[in-house]
Amino acid sequence: MKVAVMVTCINDSLFPDTGKSVFRLLRRLGVDADFPAAQTCCAQPMVNTGYLDEAVPVVRTFVDAFAGYDAIVTPSGSCAGSVRHQHSIVARRAGEERLASAAPRVYELSEFLVDVLGVTDVNAYFPHRATYHPTCHSLRMLGVGDKPLRLLREVRGLDLVELPAAAECCGFGGTFAVKNAETSTAMGADKARHVRGTGAEVLVAGDSSCLLHIGGLLSRERSGVRVMHLADVLASTEEEA
Amino acid sequence: MPAFPEAARKALADTQLRRNLAHATGTIRAKREAVVGEVAEWEELRLAGAAIKDNTLRRLDEHLLTLEASLQARGATVHWARDAAEACEIVARIAHGHGIDEVVKVKSMATQEIGLNEALAAHGVTAWETDLAELIVQLGDDLPSHILVPAIHRNRAEIREVFRRGMADAGRPAPPGLSDEPAELAAAARLHLREKFLRARMAVSGANFAVAESGTLVVVESEGNGRMCLTLPEVLVSVVGIEKVVPTFADLDVFLQLLPRSSTGERMNPYTSTWSGVTPGDGPQEMHVVLLDNGRTRALADEVGRQALRCIRCSACLNVCPVYERTGGHAYGSVYPGPIGAILNPLLKGVGVDEQTDSLPYASTLCGACFEACPVRIDIPEVLVHLRAKVVDAHREGVPKPEAVAMKSAAWLLSDARRLGLAERGLGVANRALTRFGRRVLPGGRRALGRLPWPGSLWTNARDLPAPPRESFRAWWRKGGRP
Repeated sequence: MKVAVMVTCINDSLFPDTGKSVFRLLRRLGVDADFPAAQTCCAQPMVNTGYLDEAVPVVRTFVDAFAGYDAIVTPSGSCAGSVRHQHSIVARRAGEERLASAAPRVYELSEFLVDVLGVTDVNAYFPHRATYHPTCHSLRMLGVGDKPLRLLREVRGLDLVELPAAAECCGFGGTFAVKNAETSTAMGADKARHVRGTGAEVLVAGDSSCLLHIGGLLSRERSGVRVMHLADVLASTEEEA
Repeated sequence: MPAFPEAARKALADTQLRRNLAHATGTIRAKREAVVGEVAEWEELRLAGAAIKDNTLRRLDEHLLTLEASLQARGATVHWARDAAEACEIVARIAHGHGIDEVVKVKSMATQEIGLNEALAAHGVTAWETDLAELIVQLGDDLPSHILVPAIHRNRAEIREVFRRGMADAGRPAPPGLSDEPAELAAAARLHLREKFLRARMAVSGANFAVAESGTLVVVESEGNGRMCLTLPEVLVSVVGIEKVVPTFADLDVFLQLLPRSSTGERMNPYTSTWSGVTPGDGPQEMHVVLLDNGRTRALADEVGRQALRCIRCSACLNVCPVYERTGGHAYGSVYPGPIGAILNPLLKGVGVDEQTDSLPYASTLCGACFEACPVRIDIPEVLVHLRAKVVDAHREGVPKPEAVAMKSAAWLLSDARRLGLAERGLGVANRALTRFGRRVLPGGRRALGRLPWPGSLWTNARDLPAPPRESFRAWWRKGGRP
């Protein structure tokens, strides 16, 4: 099986370590994944803001970059959801059926690990108290269910505590975070309050964009809670700790 | 009415409002979840509800003609209204024809949508709301903020004040020494309303459903006030959106299971009233039905958006929406607030008409909670994205907004990996500059940016931003970096 990693534009430019974690994790599990260097973005920012014409060339770049791979793995529920559910809208707009062709081959990281590789114990070690936020698109758009939690429960040393109102949106929402900045912040503040209430040192989630938002609030509040991507936690080992 | 972000600002600053809303939506959410959980075949019921509505909408014209014929056969008069003005005119004409200057009203979204009370007032006819929550809104000279619980933004202390101040001007005053105990408040409303039920010669209602084959209208309610209006006065006028039609009586079976569980979190609603035309010597002796379009055929013509016409006004989407919970209903500037309002208003009015309507499809994070809760499976996030595209397309001519420029540039950058790589190299340069000046540190040790000038301030007013990394993933990979 030829596996490609879609690092996502936000990880590529802002959180490169999360991209590295995905590769380290996959290698440890015996998967020799590739980084198609022609990749850029899934086009979700354009689609979700209503700029469908602008999304067309971005999706075209995406489809070309990942042509020839059997599986596309991504550390983002949101971007996986965009490929699976929105590329068809762009394809229809452009009258190019090919633009929807990546949809059946894309997997969010926890889906790939649990459904394709069939593992829940990825041999990780992370001796911290952490809580998990199931991002909306992972939870409702993709329906990953408890797969991320099954992976986290097998991490040695990890003290996983439940997050109150976990399924409620953090308020990021892409351009919503700036178009409706105050409502976005109000939602994020409630999420941050729930996170603090758990007493966790680390908030884990499967989307860097949501973590950027919640982490930004937690930092401004001087809460001392750090945010980490699921991939970064799963890639951690005893040797590094 | 200001655009959503601005209208929301006021609500976000109102601590009492936010407390009232969080409490009320939280309570009703838990109730709904519990009773929905009891039904093993809930998903099948949702699918059935959606299918009945879709099939009916596909041949809406035929079903409406059947409905008209059945109603007429039972002695009702049918009127067709293209828009709000026509509908209001028809109701006012009927009142004038009988020399009537006051009417009692059953809680109805359609009559609110068309601004019937205000229109009747202009014709010298006073309309009294008899639903308890609508009465609170009316007496308080307020606007409804929720489909099912129009006074959800008020707590009982506020309601006591509204009654004490407003009841005397509208009829029987509030009893002296009225407390804010729910039972006392309800008793005061009962006395106040009873006068009006017994005096009124005409009632105005909407309908939750209109059965085509039998010419039957249906109202589902919790208080029995609606039933008083539907049985006591001589003349009854029902204003019914054309999407309310269902073909057969058997179809009601599905909706009478879906609606109460989704809306009030009850297994069954307390009062289900059905009426078919006129029965001599019993109930209203003259019955009018106003079939209302008011943008519904426009929504029907929208391939993606037409699913919004499945809506049975249960308000489950409002109660689960995290945006609604913080901003309340007034921010949506319409009688249809929350997620359904964010799609229904632009669908009924059309996009590109005014800034307020165009702001509504963006009043969502697309978190999907509304779709999950919707008993007729309206994919609200899908319609929101679809409408955003229509909003953008409506403004493609003329001088582009900063947002359009930003999106076009982003798309240009993201259409080519080399361009993105170059931009990321710029971020690396910024990193080196910021490492020198940036003082803030994120938990975990990474350097952060504090407050930035506009437009960065939209993010950094409340949130720190990680400083860009020294090197992008792509640059690291190109150098042969391997984990």
